Amino acid sequence: MEFNEEQIERYSRHILLEEVGVEGQEKLLQSKVLIIGTGGLGAPAAMYLAAAGIGTIGLVDGDVVDLSNLQRQIIHQTKDVGKLKVESGKDTINELNPDVNVITYNEFATSENILRIIKDQDYDFIIDGTDNFAAKFLINDACVLAKKPFSHAGIIRFQGQLTTYIPDNNTPCYRCIFQTPPPEGMVPTCREAGVLGVMGGVVGTLQATEAIKYILGLGQTLAGYLLTYDGLKMEFKKIKINHNKKCGVCGDAPTITELVDYANPSCDLKTGKLNG
Amino acid sequence: MNIKVNGEAKEIKDGVSVTEMLKIEDVEMPDMVSVQLNGEFVERENFPETILKENDEIEVLYFMGGGSFGI
Repeated sequence: MEFNEEQIERYSRHILLEEVGVEGQEKLLQSKVLIIGTGGLGAPAAMYLAAAGIGTIGLVDGDVVDLSNLQRQIIHQTKDVGKLKVESGKDTINELNPDVNVITYNEFATSENILRIIKDQDYDFIIDGTDNFAAKFLINDACVLAKKPFSHAGIIRFQGQLTTYIPDNNTPCYRCIFQTPPPEGMVPTCREAGVLGVMGGVVGTLQATEAIKYILGLGQTLAGYLLTYDGLKMEFKKIKINHNKKCGVCGDAPTITELVDYANPSCDLKTGKLNG
Repeated sequence: MNIKVNGEAKEIKDGVSVTEMLKIEDVEMPDMVSVQLNGEFVERENFPETILKENDEIEVLYFMGGGSFGI
């Protein structure tokens, strides 16, 4: 592909990097990343991937923008309240970088649709930017079964963590670490479920970094490691994690061969009680 | 005896199980953690009978759902 003058200028700080250069920038422009959830994690990840010139970005979200989202979901703005999140995300990306082809999926990921979405554009890398355990186990199992690399992340209160799964590499998956969702009734209370807005910015940006490195084949990803971030102590820890032979989806004798939807308890802000 | 929890050296009495270690470490919700002992994950139902030994290295990993009110 040939860059026009505007693209050479737009991506000049990438092109100046020996490890990226013109060739690397071409790779980015030809790559496809799927972002599931355009919230606290997905919003910053999408912004940086768009700015970096990822050629195709898929956005999956069935929600509309709510005023309470704006404390951290920086892809949406006050004027977007009430708008479909995928449409708001698409508009922001197009304004930031018209090189990006945005594909929207106005639906929540379920066992029924996730494989269709993942395979729709043969995405190179997937970002789990969802906010609940049911979706996280679903994305993990779908990516393991479909042999797709993905970045898992979670944030809560002042903390965050992430890992990267790369298929066919003996990489531990999310289910290797946490075999099943937490037992019902053990989910944190509403009082404990807030999050400092910037946590998504830090961790979502790290997810975008993993996607870019994977596409360019640069450095080491977090495959085989869980990186934890404590915003109060301002401490990062990189913990070695091993593949779990007893893992239900990628172990020696997998029991999960079809996708399942777990119950998804959520907290009602108005009543302060758990739903689901 | 000496063990390491999340990279930090600790001294605890002999014969302590994973369940008891989580109590000592003030883990409020032991059902919300996964435990790696010397690089191998311990199944949650085996926490009570898994007894720690000298120089064991333990990683306590927390579930994080993420987002805000979705848990």
